[in-house]
Amino acid sequence: MSDARSEILGAVRDAIAKSHGSAAGGPTDIHADARSRLADHAANLIPARGRLGRKARVDLFIREAERVNATVARVSSTSGVPREVARFLAKNNLPMSLKIAPETSEDTIPWTEQTLLKVEEGRADGTEHASVSHAFAGVAETGTLVVLSGPGNPTTLNFLPPTHICVVAAPEIAGDYEEVWSRLRSEKAGEETGGGFMPRTVNWITGPSRTADIEQTLLLGAHGPQRLHIVIVDE
Amino acid sequence: MKSTAANFEDNAEKALADDKLKAALSKLSEGFPAKRREAADRLPEFESLRDQARDIKSHVLANLDFYLEQFEARVVESGGTVHWCRTAAEARTTILRICRNAGAKTVTKSKSMIGEEIAINEHLEHHGVEPVETDLGEYIIQLRHEPPSHIIAPAIHLSKEQVADTFRKSHPHLAPERALEEPRALLEEARSELRQKFLAADVGLTGANMLIAETGSIALVTNEGNADLTYSLPKTHIAIASLEKIVPTLEDATTILRVLARSATGQDMSVYNTFCTGPKRAQDLDGPEDFHIVLLDNGRSKMLGGEFHDMLRCIRCGACLNHCPVYKSIGGHAYGWVYSGPMGAVLIPNLIGLDEAGHLPNASTLCGKCEDVCPMRIPLPRMLRSWRTQQFEAGKTAPLSRSLLRAWAFVTARPWLYRIMVAPAVSALAALGRKGGRFRRLPLAGGWTKHRDLPAPEGGTFVSRWNRGERPGEKKP
Ligand code: SF4
Repeated sequence: MSDARSEILGAVRDAIAKSHGSAAGGPTDIHADARSRLADHAANLIPARGRLGRKARVDLFIREAERVNATVARVSSTSGVPREVARFLAKNNLPMSLKIAPETSEDTIPWTEQTLLKVEEGRADGTEHASVSHAFAGVAETGTLVVLSGPGNPTTLNFLPPTHICVVAAPEIAGDYEEVWSRLRSEKAGEETGGGFMPRTVNWITGPSRTADIEQTLLLGAHGPQRLHIVIVDE
Repeated sequence: MKSTAANFEDNAEKALADDKLKAALSKLSEGFPAKRREAADRLPEFESLRDQARDIKSHVLANLDFYLEQFEARVVESGGTVHWCRTAAEARTTILRICRNAGAKTVTKSKSMIGEEIAINEHLEHHGVEPVETDLGEYIIQLRHEPPSHIIAPAIHLSKEQVADTFRKSHPHLAPERALEEPRALLEEARSELRQKFLAADVGLTGANMLIAETGSIALVTNEGNADLTYSLPKTHIAIASLEKIVPTLEDATTILRVLARSATGQDMSVYNTFCTGPKRAQDLDGPEDFHIVLLDNGRSKMLGGEFHDMLRCIRCGACLNHCPVYKSIGGHAYGWVYSGPMGAVLIPNLIGLDEAGHLPNASTLCGKCEDVCPMRIPLPRMLRSWRTQQFEAGKTAPLSRSLLRAWAFVTARPWLYRIMVAPAVSALAALGRKGGRFRRLPLAGGWTKHRDLPAPEGGTFVSRWNRGERPGEKKP
């Protein structure tokens, strides 16, 4: 049996060479454009919608996130997060217990000040009611959160609990996705974890989970969380 | 799945007589097209983004060997494995082998059209591994042993009563008198049944909406979050994708995502867009330990550079189905295989042959709506015509149609004859059809009007109207 890889690549190469006509096989590099496309990773057309000053950008982010059924609150500093989270849980009649991402632990957020909150760190296992994770960025264009996996931010927190609370810093709300890719490339360059600057998982999250699979009726909370609460820290 | 595309005429006839199906499909035509229009109107750059999305994929296809090798190299660097498979059978064998090596009893699955194409569920089941579909629509049709009837809304043909029936039969451990009237109750039941499966699964099998050559990442798009539970909980993550899913960079993937959800459901963005790169890192608290990508050809390399080359740009958004008058009348099952609508009618003969799928290219009125709304600007009507030509040349068209088509060709090639013949017919039809503007029945054309109404022509022939100075207005798709 000949090797599948070389057979597939061979068939692809033949088809491409045929459409290049006589140019193929010559000294010219027929993939020169592709090589520079990968090296430059240039942005394509970016919609004007997100190109705004900082204040308007955060406002657009909030509008778009609410449009897709997320709820949003603003606090002036990380010390305000626990009170806002407690308020949100109480208002929705939810248990006062949380599984939080290590990145959002006591070192950055003073959870113990809210004595009613029971807070535990780690990944989700399906038993928890609500989680807190940290977004690397927000995208104003569509009210999207960009959440990176890592030891400090387990992916399961974003999907297993029925209520997901996500903390994002206002200065990290970008106009468009392209800005976030650039930031990721420059901040995570040289990470030696395999995958270069890409963590195992990058999650763009735009509103809470939903389905319209039964008679096109829109229902929130299909497999992922039914509630997405975004806490913006102004700093 | 075994194809019944060869029985298209019978399938379509049954579908047209099915009132439940008609009711379900009428919801589809009200929903998706209007939402797509709204989303497109909200983004002034939408049309230009479609051009760029098309150009990205055309560029990829012209450099596919290069990008495939780049993609593979990045996957390997990040600790994953790429398995090249020529055929559906090779892909099935590979997936089963990975499952066995992982000691898998249960495999959770997020919706994948490639999974349908290679019929992976039957294969796993046959070999003692339980596959569990987790997308709500796919879960429902898996319980009913049906193929999807729409590429993004697989259970669109069913009413909530039919779903409730299925759940009662398939979940005998639950209280028989429970209320299942509301869609919410059905969702809650599926959610809790599937929760246990997610947590117990040994392997998670996903598709991939895109493969990103720059980083070796796969992109996954869902609204439910089921794909995310599928890859993040089990020890092994397998992603299956066909060759043409490649895009060069994260920026290129982003451009395509901007047109995908808008074209598909009319959302600005799907809820979850996920980029997975390699297995979990050493210090991560969750994520799969092994990451495999099954890269499938199954007929794609043969389409490259040929008449159906442009079809390889397809991003499976479903817009061409949602806007197709034929699809909207008969639904997806009539097409007899896993794909349907205009994209299916072009793709299926490529994958299973014109002998088997010969009728499908005729399942179109060539109205052009599909091409108008296709985000990748795929010339679907041109390709449907080209299948028809091949079919005609191979002598597979029915003899009566052949002689009528020849006569028609003779007349239309001679404008003077065409005018003499058509003008009286048009006035006669217009006079007859005054009442409702449509004909339910026409003499000598029972085969046509049995399942179609023929709109009565208004205002004379095209040529006479043109000569009167009438010009069609610009209409938006
Ligand atoms: S052919 Fe075009 S419209 Fe149809 S599914 Fe593919 S990309 Fe979408």
